[in-house]
Amino acid sequence: MGPTRAAIRVIESAMAVPAGSSPPAPVCPPQNTSIFSPATEQAARITEVTWLVIGICLLIFVVVEALLVYAIIRYRRRRDAGPHDPPQVYGSGPIELAWTVVPILIVVVLGLVATRGVFSIDTEHPPPHALPVSVIAHQWWWEFRYPDQGIVTANELVVPLSDPDEPRPIALSLQSADVVHSFWVPRLAGKKDVFPHRINTIWFDPTTAGVYHGQCSEYCGRQHAHMLILVRVLPKPEWEQWVRAQQAPAAEVPSGAAGREIFLSTACVKCHTVRGTPADGTFAPDLTHLQSRTTIAAGTLANTHENLLRWVTDPQQVKPGCNMPAMQLRPDQIEQVVAYLETLH
Amino acid sequence: MTVFTGEQRGAVGGRRSWLVELHGWLTTVDHKRIAVLYIVSGLVFLLVAGTEASLMRLQLARPDQHILPPEVFNRLFTMHGTTMIFLVGMPILLGAANFLVPLMIGARDLAFPRLNAFGYWLFLFGALLLYFSYIGGMGVYGAGSAPDVGWFAYSPLTQKTFSRGHSTDYWILGILISGMGSMLTAINLITTIVTMRCRGMTFMRMPLFCWMMLVTSVLVICAFAPLTAAQIMLLFDRQLGSHFFDPEHAGSSVLWQHLFWFFGHPEVYILILPTFGFISEIVPVFSRKVLFGYPLMVMASMLIGFVSLAVWAHHMFAVGMVAPLNAYFAWASMLIAVPTGIKIFNWIATMYGGQLRFQTPMLFATAFVAMFTIGGLTGVMLAVAPFDLQVTDSYFVVGHFHWVLFSGTLFGIFGAVYYWFPKVTGRMLSERLGRWHFWLILTGFIVTFTPMLMSGFLGMPRRIYTYQTGHGWDVWNLISSLGVLVQIAGMLFFVLNVIVSLAKGRRADGDPWDAWTLEWATSSPPAPYNFAEEPVVASRRPLWDLKHPEDPDTEYE
Repeated sequence: MGPTRAAIRVIESAMAVPAGSSPPAPVCPPQNTSIFSPATEQAARITEVTWLVIGICLLIFVVVEALLVYAIIRYRRRRDAGPHDPPQVYGSGPIELAWTVVPILIVVVLGLVATRGVFSIDTEHPPPHALPVSVIAHQWWWEFRYPDQGIVTANELVVPLSDPDEPRPIALSLQSADVVHSFWVPRLAGKKDVFPHRINTIWFDPTTAGVYHGQCSEYCGRQHAHMLILVRVLPKPEWEQWVRAQQAPAAEVPSGAAGREIFLSTACVKCHTVRGTPADGTFAPDLTHLQSRTTIAAGTLANTHENLLRWVTDPQQVKPGCNMPAMQLRPDQIEQVVAYLETLH
Repeated sequence: MTVFTGEQRGAVGGRRSWLVELHGWLTTVDHKRIAVLYIVSGLVFLLVAGTEASLMRLQLARPDQHILPPEVFNRLFTMHGTTMIFLVGMPILLGAANFLVPLMIGARDLAFPRLNAFGYWLFLFGALLLYFSYIGGMGVYGAGSAPDVGWFAYSPLTQKTFSRGHSTDYWILGILISGMGSMLTAINLITTIVTMRCRGMTFMRMPLFCWMMLVTSVLVICAFAPLTAAQIMLLFDRQLGSHFFDPEHAGSSVLWQHLFWFFGHPEVYILILPTFGFISEIVPVFSRKVLFGYPLMVMASMLIGFVSLAVWAHHMFAVGMVAPLNAYFAWASMLIAVPTGIKIFNWIATMYGGQLRFQTPMLFATAFVAMFTIGGLTGVMLAVAPFDLQVTDSYFVVGHFHWVLFSGTLFGIFGAVYYWFPKVTGRMLSERLGRWHFWLILTGFIVTFTPMLMSGFLGMPRRIYTYQTGHGWDVWNLISSLGVLVQIAGMLFFVLNVIVSLAKGRRADGDPWDAWTLEWATSSPPAPYNFAEEPVVASRRPLWDLKHPEDPDTEYE
């Protein structure tokens, strides 16, 4: 390939996604991520503590500010004040003792609250029948492995609804493939940092079906902002259906044949896995059932035809610094690859 | 009231060429001039860091904005944090100590004047080295790039694998060198305070600011030593192939966090204790009352200093330490609220029964007490570990520490600038411009940082260069960004005030505020030797005793 043709390709790919392209469309608003609307008992316990702590601190705040405002108003220097300084008060043992002891009592209360919370979060192990999922954080996406089901997926964690009579919590074991990340889905649980070569655990008992959003909350490099987590809690039958679909190898649909050929003959296969094909890379999200996910690029874009085109054409335009390069394909090849990706249900 | 000065300085100043003047500043070992160098450098860096913050708020004003590329944004927050901590807070407070400690204890200079100058130049060149990375950060890779690893630079993001080029090396070396300067100055201050107090000035008669600097200096030595060690280890990792913090080769990234926060948490108190000292000097003078409960204030400061060395891991509740450790760090962190509360109450008690004069220093001091309370209370909230698990590394934390460091350290510094400006320059700052500065910066501060607490509650992580709409974060971020405009207006008034007042501010006599500590007993600005003869004091407020011979403090202390 001569330099001229290479230049043409660069221009072509630049035209496919106009420079200064519009920002990615929002994925699926609204996304409630408030710590005040917990959806699990684990998060609800923290919310309880939060209200208690806010209440106590608000009370102290009001008392202190009231004293201060009173002092400001009451003891402002009057215009008719004489030249003499007011009486000097050097201190008072009993008063100072009072505002030493009262804060100590408050600290004892808060300390006990904190201790109870810490021990209930850190030492209560998940029941043995909890669903284990191993979470592997990458720069900048999440990998979810279900050892019992033999499923590997990315960025969207799909879990069964837990029946209150027969709870089946979700037990996540967290590891990082590179730098420190942090797993945070505020409505499900508090956050836990994710380290390389160290396994952290976190568990929650999802008792309300729905979609819960979160994102990496430890600064992890250039695209820290685009490392979103989406947790879908499905009723058990639907979840089992999802599991069966995920366990199947990739669909082979005639409409994707041309794109499949291109996909398998380029470096895509070095990083991505599509089960049932020679593609078995593990550096990037598993694409076997890409169409079962609602977002691409770790929640950066909605999973639509246009967005797949933009993404495959030049990921660096959408998520600058991410580890996927533009593959320098012709526009018609990109159409074909995307057509193939759209067959991966 | 000029009591202890022999001759006025006027005869020395005046018609010198700028070259002589510049030479004088570059070679000076006079603690007062070095102090001015420190404070001016710090204020310049304050403007730089403020610009960096404004750019970040511009980017975050609306969701899905792409004004700044991610790498630029990441460099901005790294440099903003690093600059504010190491190049604004530290030099201004060390500068203030440089100026005030010898004057307050009746000494003629610090114990080691040349070491003092060395400390300043180490600080300045460390700072310039850090900022040089904007030009040379990528080294042989060509382009410049400032460090983008965050101000606490968690490993392994700082390892060669993830941070190429030399920007992280510039970060390490810049901070290491300026940190050396801080440690030398701390040693200098301790020596000065312990050995050079004038006759009659026992420890328990020292102005509270000197006590604060004594505690702070001890903390500087305790905190910067492990930081320096950790940075050298990190430099070895990057340059010599060691693996202290590299988990790929059995190093530990958690070890870096422990070492960094063992520095990082005392550092917060290094930045706040001196301003406690400012407030403890300003509030009594403008209330016309003696400081309430001086001995307890001293004890509280020492307790804060001591306990602050043992609370570092409350930055690490989400790391996954064992429950007993988390519980311990929660308790220890909350314990600090007790001595801090004592201080707040004692300041308010000082105001009770006084005649409050709300000139600009007092405005800032009062705002400090009112607003820092929120910083302290949000800190207590964060110490409750289960709550912390939700909001650590969220915008709630960003809001919290700005409430501590902005309405704490920065308001304290502004109050101190207005209070001691006449002593340093011989001219008063304009009260009218000062009021504009105060009200704008207070409003801007509240408007900027209150929404951050809210967006943190709503699940917004810190350090993201953009965010999607739909979380309810949009409005809070917009308000927060608008607040920055108000702050910028306030800062313009401050800069204007300094420039105008330097040129034609009202001349100040030795004691413009009718104050009580020794620095007001000499001329403004003080002669190079401070006091013509060594002062002798008999109480905590030597000038009160002089002004009220009928009712001296000596009878009550």
